[in-house]
Amino acid sequence: MVLTQFLILGALLFSIGVYGLLSRRNAVTVLLAVELMLAAVNINLIAFEAFWNTAAAHGQIFAIFVITIAAAEVGIGLAIILMVFRNRASGNIDELDLMRW
Amino acid sequence: MTFSDWIAEPVNWAFLAMAIPMVVAALRVVTSRNVVHAALFLVLALAASAGLFILLSAEFVAWVLVLVYIGAVVVLFLFGIMITRAPIGRETNLSHDTRWPAAAAALGVFAVTFWLINGVTQQIGGFGDPLPAVGRATPTGILGEGFINRYLIPFEAVGFVLLAALIGGITLARKDLTPAEEEEGARV
Repeated sequence: MVLTQFLILGALLFSIGVYGLLSRRNAVTVLLAVELMLAAVNINLIAFEAFWNTAAAHGQIFAIFVITIAAAEVGIGLAIILMVFRNRASGNIDELDLMRW
Repeated sequence: MTFSDWIAEPVNWAFLAMAIPMVVAALRVVTSRNVVHAALFLVLALAASAGLFILLSAEFVAWVLVLVYIGAVVVLFLFGIMITRAPIGRETNLSHDTRWPAAAAALGVFAVTFWLINGVTQQIGGFGDPLPAVGRATPTGILGEGFINRYLIPFEAVGFVLLAALIGGITLARKDLTPAEEEEGARV
């Protein structure tokens, strides 16, 4: 196994996440796409850790931080979506245009 | 390293056996017309990435991923889907009608990243060498020492972020009672 194959896989996964982020209307599916992008970042971190092979495993520690922040983000994100749904009776982000010019 | 050398390594078959389902599952996450299916395809993609972490000898991170993501985050997603009554079942307007700008942006991101990987590979070199850490498990104790020594302050900060997210989530998601209901609750 070489490093490049993991980097390309991560890039592919990140691009798929970008596509989902931009093309989805439903807020829950947008969050799913964000999770995909974070997973791509984690693959890069772990692959670079395997490449540099540091004694203190810094890459793995950062991956765990990313996982933790992602968990917090999902909790808050879903709570916000729940709020929006309660107030607007819709889970579609293109209908949230109050702050639009 | 040529492709025939690369494919001759059995460990790369394991890589492909995880990477291909992962990419397919990721594509289904962003294109599926059913929200629940999208969330379940995310489970598949994350399970495959946990498998890749094990290949890269990051066992602890792999199991953290399984516990936190597959065990907690996806369950949270499924609850979120049910509570927001996001359309369960086949649904046609889960995505925008015009999707080509999103596809173009994604292709652009991939092209730029690919170009960067190419450039950095030529600059640094060694990206085509076998990964040194493969086959040598990372002792979890190293990670624990990292968390309580060098990364102590980020560790505490992340703990605070989790606490804030917990409180924020409860505050945002709880229903505000009307004064009459509050009195009812106080009496009971």
